Amino acid sequence: MSRFKSNNKKETPELNMGSMSDIIFMFLFFFMVITTMREASLKVHFTAPKATEIQKLEKKSLVANIYIGAPINKNENTLPPGEVSVQLNDQTIKAEELVTEVQNFIGTEKESRDADERDKLTFSLKVDKSVQMRYVNTIKQELRKNNALKINYAANKREN
Amino acid sequence: MSKRKTPGLNTGAMSDISFLLLTFFLLTSSINTEQGIPRKLPPPKTDDTEEQIVDIKRRNVLEVVVNYLDQVSCNGEVIMVSELKDKAKEFFSNPTNSDELPEKQNQLIEGIGDYAVSKGVVSLLNDQGTSYDMYVQVQNELQRAVNELRDETALQYFGKKFSVLDSAAQKSVAKAIPMSISEAPPMDYGAKPAAQ
Repeated sequence: MSRFKSNNKKETPELNMGSMSDIIFMFLFFFMVITTMREASLKVHFTAPKATEIQKLEKKSLVANIYIGAPINKNENTLPPGEVSVQLNDQTIKAEELVTEVQNFIGTEKESRDADERDKLTFSLKVDKSVQMRYVNTIKQELRKNNALKINYAANKREN
Repeated sequence: MSKRKTPGLNTGAMSDISFLLLTFFLLTSSINTEQGIPRKLPPPKTDDTEEQIVDIKRRNVLEVVVNYLDQVSCNGEVIMVSELKDKAKEFFSNPTNSDELPEKQNQLIEGIGDYAVSKGVVSLLNDQGTSYDMYVQVQNELQRAVNELRDETALQYFGKKFSVLDSAAQKSVAKAIPMSISEAPPMDYGAKPAAQ
């Protein structure tokens, strides 16, 4: 056995950890670039319908989201008869304030963009697939009245 | 001059920090971009423009109706959603120049030349009780019909698929195969109590 141990004086060389941090930093920058913080916490259940002919929206900064779905929390504001909520920004809206709230929402979203980009602002309707069209139609009517004509029906990719 | 060796920096902790940052961004990032079916709403009605009554010939309209039970009918005939694409395709292209299907009008289009553009319009009528899922499926099938026709035209005139053409060529193809959907005000049969 002793001959196996004979040249044991050589120490294992220490690993150079310097380049490790380079690699990690590379990862870090990658994720920093692609990351977007979720701007609003969801107050409604939302499962997007699936479709084949979907397109990617060009600029994420030019998209405003409108969520429609069943409320997660029981004491959220709902539209009559009380099964579906509409969420703008961070809160669900009351049925009687719907018209003004949507108007304000469109106004503030338009104002926060540069003047030359306002026409390109898209309103993405993120509607749960089980929601009846009556709620979607109400919102569409309001969007139309307020001249917010570019809309998008959010959907996920499906292969046939 | 004393030649003292500078001690090596201990960079071990550096990777700890960057790992921490890395995990933070890993958890907060969402790669999925916004995607969906883009549409344009018609401009709002104004009081001074009287409602134009556009006279459209019966043959130029494809009537798609979706009821509150998510059943689809196309020109009065009940069909499956999967059949809608072929119906719409036949409607828009009118390959046999039949009298039942839409008329065509010759237009001079840049890059294509004289092209017989269909005058067909899809009229989409929903019930208030239609589910959003079905609505998106119908929109999707109509979009698919138009996309396939555009691909065919693009291949014929430019030798490439529509999605890889440059924007000028895309514009001409889109002009040759217009996407015309008109949404009628929704009906509301689902709200009535079911007839016995």
